[in-house]
Amino acid sequence: MAAHAPGAGSGSGCSGAGRDTPSAPGAAMADGPVADVLLRRLEAADGGLDSAELAAELGVEHQAVVGAVKSLQALGEIIEAELRSTKRWELTAEGEEIAREGSHEARVFRSVPPEGLAQSELMRLPSGKVGFSKAMSNKWIRVDKSAADGPRVFRVVDSMEDDVQRRLQLVRGGQAEKLAEKERSELRKRKLLTEVTLKTYWVSKGSAFSTSVSKQEAELSPEMISSGSWRDRPFKPYNFSARGVLPDSGHLHPLLKVRTQFRQIFLEMGFTEMPTDNFIESSFWNFDALFQPQQHPARDQHDTFFLQDPAEALQLPMDYVHRVKRTHSQGGYGSQGYKYTWKLDEARKNLLRTHTTAASARALYRLARKKPFTPIKYFSIDRVFRNETLDATHLAEFHQIEGVVADHGLTLGHLMGVLREFFTKLGITQLRFKPAYNPYTEPSMEVFSYHQGLKKWVEVGNSGLFRPEMLLPMGLPENVSVIAWGLSLERQREPPVPRP
Amino acid sequence: MPTVSVKRDLLFKALGRTYTDEEFDELCFEFGLELDEITSEKEIISKEQGDKKAEGASDVVLYKIDVPANRYDLLCLEGLVRGLQVFKERIKAPLYKRVMPNGEIQKLIITEETAKIRPYAVAAVLRNIKFTKDRYDSFIELQEKLHQNICRKRALVAIGAHDLDSLSGPFTFTAKRPSDIKFKPLSKTKEYTACELMNIYKTDNHLKHYLHIIENKPLYPVIYDSNGVVLSMPPIINGNHSKITLNTRNVFIECTGTDFTKAKIVLDIIVTMFSEYCENQFTVEAAEVVFPNGKSYTFPELAYRKEMVRADLINKKVGIRETPENLAKLLTRMCLKSEVIGDGNQIEIEIPPTRADIIHACDIVEDAAIAYGYNNIQMTLPKTYTIANQFPLNKLTELLRHDMAAAGFTEALTFALCSQEDIADKLGVDISATKAVHISNPKTAEFQVARTTLLPGLLKTIAANRKMPLPLKLFEISDIVVKDSSRDVGARNYRHLCAVYYNKNPGFEIIHGLLDRIMQLLDVPPGEKKGGYVIKASEVETGGHPAAACGALPLLF
Repeated sequence: MAAHAPGAGSGSGCSGAGRDTPSAPGAAMADGPVADVLLRRLEAADGGLDSAELAAELGVEHQAVVGAVKSLQALGEIIEAELRSTKRWELTAEGEEIAREGSHEARVFRSVPPEGLAQSELMRLPSGKVGFSKAMSNKWIRVDKSAADGPRVFRVVDSMEDDVQRRLQLVRGGQAEKLAEKERSELRKRKLLTEVTLKTYWVSKGSAFSTSVSKQEAELSPEMISSGSWRDRPFKPYNFSARGVLPDSGHLHPLLKVRTQFRQIFLEMGFTEMPTDNFIESSFWNFDALFQPQQHPARDQHDTFFLQDPAEALQLPMDYVHRVKRTHSQGGYGSQGYKYTWKLDEARKNLLRTHTTAASARALYRLARKKPFTPIKYFSIDRVFRNETLDATHLAEFHQIEGVVADHGLTLGHLMGVLREFFTKLGITQLRFKPAYNPYTEPSMEVFSYHQGLKKWVEVGNSGLFRPEMLLPMGLPENVSVIAWGLSLERQREPPVPRP
Repeated sequence: MPTVSVKRDLLFKALGRTYTDEEFDELCFEFGLELDEITSEKEIISKEQGDKKAEGASDVVLYKIDVPANRYDLLCLEGLVRGLQVFKERIKAPLYKRVMPNGEIQKLIITEETAKIRPYAVAAVLRNIKFTKDRYDSFIELQEKLHQNICRKRALVAIGAHDLDSLSGPFTFTAKRPSDIKFKPLSKTKEYTACELMNIYKTDNHLKHYLHIIENKPLYPVIYDSNGVVLSMPPIINGNHSKITLNTRNVFIECTGTDFTKAKIVLDIIVTMFSEYCENQFTVEAAEVVFPNGKSYTFPELAYRKEMVRADLINKKVGIRETPENLAKLLTRMCLKSEVIGDGNQIEIEIPPTRADIIHACDIVEDAAIAYGYNNIQMTLPKTYTIANQFPLNKLTELLRHDMAAAGFTEALTFALCSQEDIADKLGVDISATKAVHISNPKTAEFQVARTTLLPGLLKTIAANRKMPLPLKLFEISDIVVKDSSRDVGARNYRHLCAVYYNKNPGFEIIHGLLDRIMQLLDVPPGEKKGGYVIKASEVETGGHPAAACGALPLLF
C-alpha cells in the first residue's frame, strides 16, 4: 500500500494537442511576430543566425524563438535548423550573493575587529558557521580558548585576498574559461557554480526560403463553413505523434481496484462476504480460538501490536473459552493438546488483528451455534497489522484476502479444486502445492504458481483444512471439514482484462 | 520458518547419491521443505562484510533449507538425511532405545530453590559417542536451532551438554544468589561471579539476548557436580570445565526450563539425532532426575505412542482412494511405522519420539497426503451450494467509491495507524477527547494510535503530493477506530468518508457541492425535516487551513 499516493494519473500535467502547435505561446502561428522577424533577419543574414542570439537581441524568451523555428520547420523547406548545444558556467543564487558581497570567510574576517570578537557572537552572524571554518583553514583568524568570557576570535593577518569572490566575478563577466579546471570544480562543490547546457538552433535558409509564408489554419471554424472560405485556406496537418489531452476525471486507487476484482471473483463463485470491520481483536479470537499456543512466536511483542488502551477484552464467550482452554492444555477431541498452562489473562489481551482469520473464527463460531448446520462459503478482504518498521519490503498494515468453505466431507482435493478455479479467474493456470506448516490448519499447503517473467515457481498463497482442535470446541459437527486459503492483496497484480 | 544450513557434499554422501540442484529442490518441495539458497561461507561473508573479509573463507557449497516450524526432527543434517532416506524407502526408521547403565545411573537432583525461577530439568547420557569436526559442529548447531525455535530463545528451555568424564555425579540443580555463584565460564580464562558475568555479557552480541530471563531474579539457577564444579548457569552459559570437545566420548545432557513438556521434547530430539554416532547406535543411557518433592523420573522418555486411524477417514480427508495397506506404507515412509489391523480398515500407527508434532489424527492424515504426493491428488470441486451475499457496508462503500471518482475525486489509501499528534495536536484537538485506541508497543511513533478520523491521512497525502498540479481532489472511504465499552473488545470501527479539495482558493462550494452530490446519491434530502442533512460550523478550531474546510462524514446505518 503506497502510504500517501493517490490514485494513478491524478491531475497529470500531460497535455498535448492534435494540431502541430509548438509549446511556446508566441509562436502559435507560423506567421507570428517572432517568426516574421526571424525570416526577415535570415533574408539579410549572411549564412545563418543563432536562436539564442536572436532571442537576446529581440528581448524575448529563447523558447519563443525555438517555437518560431519549429513552426517554420513544419511548413517544409522554408528554413533549415541545426540543433547545437553549448555549455556555460552560471552562478547559483548563493554564488551571485558572494560575487556581490564577498565570500563567507571574507565577511567573517572583516567582522573581526583588531581587539577580537567572542566566538559565540561571531557564530550568530549570517555567514558565521560556514565562514568561520573556512577562515580558520585559510589561517586568517585564530581562536583563543583561554579568554576570560569564553573563546575569542582574533585576526592573524592584517588583510587578505578574497579569491572566491574574484573568481565568481570572473564567471559573472563571462570569463569562466580564465579559471583553472580545479578552481571551477571547487566552486561547483561549494554549490556556487553550475554548468548549464543550452540547446540552440543554427538557422539557415532552406531550399524553398521565402519571407512571405502564408498562415495555416489550425482549426476549422463555423464561420469558415458558412462563408465557404475553408475551400481556399491551407490547413495545418494533424500531429498524431503528440499526446492527446487526458480526460478530466477522478480515479480509484489501483490497489483497491484489485480489491474490487477479488470481491467480484468471490461473488462469482458464490462466496458470502464476512464482516471484518473490527481492527481490534482479543488475543482469544486472534490466536487461542485458532489453537495457536500462548507461547507461539507470533504472539510476541516483536510481531504483534498489543493495546495499552483498551488493554483487555471484557467479554469472552466463557463456555467456549473453557473448551478452548481444555483443548490447549489437556487435549481432547482426539488431540494430545499442547500440555501447558493456558492463561485467561493472555487470551484477554487486546491487539490489532494480525490476520482476518480472527474474523473467520468469529464467523465459524456463529455458524456452529446455528442448528442445524448449513454449508457455507465465506470470504473477506481487509486490513491486518504486524509490528514492523516500514521499509521497501515491510508494511505494518496490509490487506489479507481469505476464502473459507465449510461442508460435510470436504477434502484436500476439494481445496485444490477450489483454488484452481479461483486462480484461473486471476489468469493463473499453472499451480502446484507444497506441504507446509500453519498452526491452525492441517493438512496445510502452500500454493505456488509458475511465474513466466521470473521463470520460476513463486508462492502465491497459503491454505489448508482447519484443525479439528479449532472447529470442534466451537461446536461444529465432527464430519464437517472447513477448507480455507489466504493471500495478500499487496502482492497481487491486477488480473488481466478479459477479451471477448 | 527455521533455516538449516548443511554442506551439500556431506549431505549427498549421507544420502548415498548426488542430485543436481534442481533435482534436490524438487525432492525438498515434495517433502515440504524448501531449498532456500545455495551459497558458501565465502559468499555469505562477502555479502555481509565485503569481498576482503571473505578472503580465505571456505567455498564449500552450502544448502540452506527451510524447515517447517513444527518439525524439530529436521533441524540438523542427521535428521534431514534420516527423514529423506526413510521417505525414499532407502532405510527403515530407526528404533530409539533407552537403556540402563551397567554401573550406577547418573542422577540430577533438583532443589526447591529452583521452583520460582526454572522449576524443571531433564537429563540423559550419550555413551561412547564418536565426534568428528562436522558431527560436532552439527551438534552445536542443532542446540542453537532448538534454542531459537521450540525453546523460545532459551526462555522455555535451555540445553547444556557436558563431558561426563570430567565430572562426577550426582548433580545438583539449585538456585543461588548471583554473588554466591563463581566459576570459569566457556571460553574464558578465569573465574567470575554471576554478577560479573551478567555485566560482561551485556556487550556479548550472542548472549545479551538471554540475560533478561534471569537478570532481575534474586536467585540464579546453577548446576553443580558432587565436587562443586559448575556445569552450567542456565539459560546463560556453561562452565568451561565440562566443555565437550572432539575427543569427548560420553556426553551428559541437561535441559532446564519453565515448560516441562517442551524440555522433554528437546531432550528427545537431541538424543535421537546424535545417538546415531554412539557405539550402540540409537541407544541412549537413562538418567534419573529427582524433583524437590522426592519423586524421581527417568529420562529421556523416548515414548512411542500408538494411534488408531481408520483408512477411510484418511481417504475421505485427502480425497483419494487408497487401500489400507497402501496407506500404511505411505505413513511408514514418513517415519510413522504403520500396519493394518482389526477389520482390515483400521491402521495402527506408531508415533516415534522424534515426531512431537503429531498430536491429532489430522497430522497423520497430512503425512499420508505428503507421501501420496500433494500434486498427485485429483482436484475436484465441492458440491457446496450457496448464494453469495455482500456485506452491506462494503456494498455501499463500493457503490460510493465509484461515484466519488465519477465526481472527479481521486481515491487515496492511507494507513489506519498514525501518531498521537496526527489525530490530536495537529488538528487542534486534545488526545483525551479523541477516544482513540492506544498501542502499547509500537516500534516507531508512526504507529501510536489507530486513527479516529480519515483527515490526517488525506492531509499527509496532500503534503506528499505538493508537486502535483492543483487542484488536488482526494477522498477515502475506510474505517476509523474508537473506544466503545459496549463492544466485547472495548473498541469498534466506524466507516467514514472523507474528501479534501486543495487549491490556491478555498473553494468551499466545491466540497459543499460534493457533499450535496453524496447526499443525493444516498437519497438524503437537504434541510432539517424528514431526516435530512444540514451543515453546521465545526466545533473544532481548524486554524483557517483551506484544506480543512471539509468534514469527515460517518457512514451510519
